[in-house]
Amino acid sequence: MNLTAITTAPLNQQAVAASLDTAGIGAVSVFLGLVRDRNQGRRVLHLEYEAYEPLALRGLDLIVAEAREQWPAVRLAIHHRIGRMAIGDASVVIAAASPHRADAFAASRYAIERIKQIVPIWKREYFEGGDVWIEGATADPDNAGAREQALRIACA
Amino acid sequence: MRVTVRLFARLRDIAGAGELQRDLPAGASVHTVWRSMVSDFPELSAYESSISCAVNADYSRFTAAVADGDEIAFLPPVSGG
Repeated sequence: MNLTAITTAPLNQQAVAASLDTAGIGAVSVFLGLVRDRNQGRRVLHLEYEAYEPLALRGLDLIVAEAREQWPAVRLAIHHRIGRMAIGDASVVIAAASPHRADAFAASRYAIERIKQIVPIWKREYFEGGDVWIEGATADPDNAGAREQALRIACA
Repeated sequence: MRVTVRLFARLRDIAGAGELQRDLPAGASVHTVWRSMVSDFPELSAYESSISCAVNADYSRFTAAVADGDEIAFLPPVSGG
């Protein structure tokens, strides 16, 4: 299994975690992002995700490389699902393996913050009474300030 | 020269298509491509200051030159996760 993936298939957290080499590892942190039933006071019915797939995959690979630079002993796998998802479905799985827990938690938090900054994936929210494209950050992998902000959050 | 333009999310909705072809003069930049899109779909202009762009599936800049056969993508603010 690849360390990074963009897929329409339901995510399997155990398979993603099992794809990591665990030699010398003392901690594995698995983060799941789930489709929430409420957003900004609206009752959400379902979400539809789309991606610019080749660039989104490069973005995930870049995040893995950045994390390796910051935490050389951490191994990271990131799978993001696209397409239609129901409430409670996992849209993203991040597995971080490390000799010690602190770095596993930090790398996992860093990865989700960076996904929201630089990976070209968009969610369309279908709620009671309408639908709307959610727009977050202007993606710029060269923005050092954004990367520092993700690091600060990860290491808080 | 001819390039392929890719649009995503709300930008795709505004243009009514996710993939378009554009014929451009020699020396065109990514910004030339964007101006051509805004000229055809004026509602896109609201995104001028918040979009990112990519050339051949690699992040790029508005000032970058484009070549025949390139794929130019315009990306509204992202919302993955």
